[in-house]
Amino acid sequence: MAQADTPRRPNPASAGAGAVSRRGFLGKSAAAAAGLAALAAAMSPLRHLKEGDLPSVEDFLQKHYKEMTAAQKARALERIRERVRARHRVEAVVTDPPPMDGVEYVYGLNISRCIGCRKCVHACVAENNQSRAPELQYIRVLEMEKGSIDVETANHHYTPPLVPRPDKWYMPVQCHQCANPPCVKVCPVEATWQEPDGITVIDYDWCIGCRYCEAACPYWARRFNFAEPLIPGDAINPKISYLSNRPREKGVMEKCTFCLHRTRVGRLPACLEVCPTGSRKFGNVLDPNSEVHYILKHKRVFVLKADVGTLPRFFYYFDERGSRYHDPIEPGPVHATGEGA
Amino acid sequence: MKRYLTFLWDCFRLSFVGDWRYHAWMTALTLVALGGVYAYCHQFVHGLAVSGMTDQVSWGMYIANFTYLVGLAAAAAMLVIPVYVYRNLHLHDVVIFGELLAVSVIVMCLLFVMVDLGRPDRFHHLLLRFNFPISMLTWDVIALNGYLLLNLHICGYLIYCAYCGREPSKKFYIPFVFIAIAWAISIHTVTAFLYVGLGGRPFWNSAIIAPRFLASAFAAGPAFIILTLQIVRHFTSHKVSNDALFTLRRIVQVALIINLFLLLCELFTEFYADTHHIASAQYLFLGLHGYNALVPWIWTAIAMNVAATTLFMLPLSRALKTLNIACVLAIVGIWIEKGMGLIVPAFIPSPLGEIVEYSPTLHETMICLGIWAFGLLVYTILVRVSVPVLAGQVTYAHHWSRPRQEPAAPVAAPVPENT
Repeated sequence: MAQADTPRRPNPASAGAGAVSRRGFLGKSAAAAAGLAALAAAMSPLRHLKEGDLPSVEDFLQKHYKEMTAAQKARALERIRERVRARHRVEAVVTDPPPMDGVEYVYGLNISRCIGCRKCVHACVAENNQSRAPELQYIRVLEMEKGSIDVETANHHYTPPLVPRPDKWYMPVQCHQCANPPCVKVCPVEATWQEPDGITVIDYDWCIGCRYCEAACPYWARRFNFAEPLIPGDAINPKISYLSNRPREKGVMEKCTFCLHRTRVGRLPACLEVCPTGSRKFGNVLDPNSEVHYILKHKRVFVLKADVGTLPRFFYYFDERGSRYHDPIEPGPVHATGEGA
Repeated sequence: MKRYLTFLWDCFRLSFVGDWRYHAWMTALTLVALGGVYAYCHQFVHGLAVSGMTDQVSWGMYIANFTYLVGLAAAAAMLVIPVYVYRNLHLHDVVIFGELLAVSVIVMCLLFVMVDLGRPDRFHHLLLRFNFPISMLTWDVIALNGYLLLNLHICGYLIYCAYCGREPSKKFYIPFVFIAIAWAISIHTVTAFLYVGLGGRPFWNSAIIAPRFLASAFAAGPAFIILTLQIVRHFTSHKVSNDALFTLRRIVQVALIINLFLLLCELFTEFYADTHHIASAQYLFLGLHGYNALVPWIWTAIAMNVAATTLFMLPLSRALKTLNIACVLAIVGIWIEKGMGLIVPAFIPSPLGEIVEYSPTLHETMICLGIWAFGLLVYTILVRVSVPVLAGQVTYAHHWSRPRQEPAAPVAAPVPENT
């Protein structure tokens, strides 16, 4: 390595005393030029960067969602509108609905009724402007073996011509909006947090894309934009909000937000609205007259992976009667038959 | 101030000086590093989709290499502890090489984290909203950068003192040496906690991970330093005694045995209990439902680790050639075990039971090789500069006694790429 230390040249500082020769100078310049040329060649893929791929000064200086003043937030919403117009040629309505007082949302899924048709998956994609290529979905419907609730025996990629298959049952999984969310805990930059109404949201403009939350989630509910999301112009849902369904950029996380741009203004989530079997129930658990309140009080209810202690706000339940597995039972007592003949 | 700038200038010049082998080595490293820059620019434009990672396996080679290298950096402590705590003087003259290794390896770690980010342009968000102390990643940021600064200070101070021709003042570096020892343990513990703290990943959610990390780090690290010291001894005038190498050999011996023992404990717990939590371990060691991409890797790693342990235990490894083979086996074996064997299987099967396998793409591999090459480049320069400075051959006095002179310019050297 350091031949300068050999007896021939005991001291690098004392050797090469012949000042700067022309040959040495030319050689060094050639070496420097070659080095710079090689570096430029190595960096050549950057020429494929499109306009808007790099953050503008305003993007760069944008504050965390919770730190923005009203004026800054209005400006941020305006910039989102401009970007959607520039990229997708669509006039968007950008809102930022706040959580309502005295509301905590929960979601119930009736596994007695679900037939695994995946209509919820696609309604969610359309509503929330998820990337079509690469395909990104918040809801995963598991086709389960009868007699097991073990997800490792589930079939994720079932494709029968007709559902439900008689010997299977179906369990859709999406973000469980946990009350003790591990994804929020691990985020190094507080880009994700739990709102007062129980919905865990992401500031897509703050996320640095480390994917630690994705590793932490026990329900595989978070998705990462590995590439620039692609949505055909006519497929854009123009009613968007800052914390939920506005189009995302590559390199950031996203997830189900219980369609907060709909639910915070009194509507129901898109997945619920499309469900043909009425398996999906959503509402305010703090309201004693709500359907979810009734279900939690009277039905057989369970949460997935209760052992990981994340306290989900998404629960599963089943009917004692009237499910797709049984014919409706006549009301009234059934006569007991005797022991003998 | 002027003296310090002169020091930096002399170091800069010195890093271009060497014989043809030095230049060939540096040129090769530069080319591989530039290949990494090329692949990274590609990734920057097209996103992490150019990697083999998916939503199912969301961390891959970058984080695997990062984890391994944190261990390598921590291993510098294994040189420092014998010297400063046990007054083992065999290692006294070579401690600096461990600390320089820590500096260059931490630089590599930080690069591996940077290339793993989806939005590196938002890195400054860490400074604006730092989720400390809740997120373990913020602990890791502090631990790694702190360790980098500590080692930069210790090495920089000692080398600068030698350059100025004065005796280093103990109070300026001894306290930092002791802080660095505790800090070295902490960087690896905190990195283990990154994984251990995730309840949704049973493969990681085990208390044995942190001790296993340390044991494997204290085997692979000193093994790496043994090889480095032999290179230093061969190519420079720096004296490295055989006793120094054999002291390190003893450390590797013990660490390798503890590492194998902890592995055995883990395997027993997983496979004897045979609960549902072993799916990942089963995938790693035996394959799961016909998927077995990692099986050949892990058994290669275990074979290498067992072979290395056997060689280190036998008197055979007092011969330097055998010692070198044993070191290479330990370094590679632990690299596979910690990379492919610890990061990837935790994602397979996914929390919803889906099996999606992972293999790195060409771009990902080029970026990894590029960062390794860059790290070795930095380490080579640090060693190349510090050897003559510490030997008193390059000093401030020399610089001014022969003003406006160049350090030895290579006469017929291949093109040195200066990047």
